[in-house]
Amino acid sequence: MAEVHEITKKETVFSFGKEEKKLLSDPINDNNPITVQVLGVCSALAVTTLVDKAIVMGLAVIFVTALSNLFTSMLRSYIPKQVRMIVQLVIIAFLVTIVELALKAFNYTIWKELSVFIGLIITNCIVMGRLEAYAMANSPWKSFLDGIGNGVGYSIILVIVAAIREVFGKGSFLGFKIIGPTAEYALNTTEISWLGWYTANNLIILSPAAMFIIAIIIWVHRASNRKLIDIS
Amino acid sequence: MHSTNYILRFTIVMTVVVAFVLALMVSGLKDIHILNESVYNKKGILSSVSGQLGKDISTLSEIEVGDIFSKQIEQKVINVKGEELTEAQILEATGGTAKKAEDLDLAAEAKKPEAEKLLPLYVFTDAKDQKKYNIIYVRGKGLWDEIWGYITLSEDWNTISGQAFDHKGETPGLGAEIKDNKAWYGQYTGKKLYNQNGDFVSVSAVKGGIKVADHQVDAISGATITGNGVNEMLGRGVKYYEAYINKNKSNDTLNIQ
Repeated sequence: MAEVHEITKKETVFSFGKEEKKLLSDPINDNNPITVQVLGVCSALAVTTLVDKAIVMGLAVIFVTALSNLFTSMLRSYIPKQVRMIVQLVIIAFLVTIVELALKAFNYTIWKELSVFIGLIITNCIVMGRLEAYAMANSPWKSFLDGIGNGVGYSIILVIVAAIREVFGKGSFLGFKIIGPTAEYALNTTEISWLGWYTANNLIILSPAAMFIIAIIIWVHRASNRKLIDIS
Repeated sequence: MHSTNYILRFTIVMTVVVAFVLALMVSGLKDIHILNESVYNKKGILSSVSGQLGKDISTLSEIEVGDIFSKQIEQKVINVKGEELTEAQILEATGGTAKKAEDLDLAAEAKKPEAEKLLPLYVFTDAKDQKKYNIIYVRGKGLWDEIWGYITLSEDWNTISGQAFDHKGETPGLGAEIKDNKAWYGQYTGKKLYNQNGDFVSVSAVKGGIKVADHQVDAISGATITGNGVNEMLGRGVKYYEAYINKNKSNDTLNIQ
């Protein structure tokens, strides 16, 4: 019996079953960090003006949540409980600095545009929240998947908000003009094109608009997902 | 519960490991970072003559940028008195950190008192008709942080024939339009810094319609403070170059005639 038990245990180290799938899918829908837990809203308001910025930011956060979860979980039995938060913070800061240095070396323009917000991933509540709530008590593999799931859950909302803001605020998507006058920007309104009458709405570019958009997404999400309907 | 001894050992080992890896990464990527930064700055300068080059500057590779820079651009450093500095003088004034205009620490120069300021001046030669354009540098404050720009002046040292603004942290969609919105900054092309009597008027962004065609552009709605910053920056920034401009204006104008 003992032998059998050992074999199954070995197999489960990198297994990908129902539980692991749930780790990935849960944060995307039922337990989304932004719309359900309402964490990490600060950066969701700030870096969602353009889709390409949101994508890079999302990738950076996925990298940081996944690896910080992995490292913390690997070290979880060695981390002294009294200073665990500081240790977690060092791990997060370490990874964020790596992201920042790499981005500065390989995509300088995006780095320049995101500038301070990459550094601010350190203070993103999602990262720290996952370390405290999950990685400190679970195996490295599961923690890694949980990190990916939460990073993706965050990025999806980020990209949705950015898409809405870029299309209605700038009339473009990923830098390509799609609605509004075809010439560069609003000053040239002589050209009549498909939806050429649309004037880019500057209000959408400002942070308060992101607040409303996120609130609407939360509303739609909660109304459409039966598990999230508050019965009380 | 872990002992204090263990906590100390754990934190020290961890910090040392993290610091070591990061230090390794920083020194490993240092060359690429410096190169990226200089290419970015050079692209900023070239953007102000993108009309003359007829190219989209953002798509140029670092080799192309370096090529244009070495063949078509002459670098000068001047001071507010209008004197051109030699390489030795530049080295002395910057404490050995800069040899040419492109090496200048422009943020530091902006903080110096007026008399000690070193001003970069780039002279661009159009490959097609060998016309010379003078690119001056201006720097000021926007709403959130610093803004700066390169202004290209034609041979008469008066007509603006190109411009490129940049900023550190203006609001995307509002203040950041000074860099992103071609329809806005393109308005500066063809405007004049001096009026017919030769007095300095500068070019200002104004609201409610342009009244003086040569010296005004339409402001960005919703970005009043950034717009005022651009006006202030241009007015003050060009003044620094005035002595040099006056010195060269007469010569160059004579040459044209």
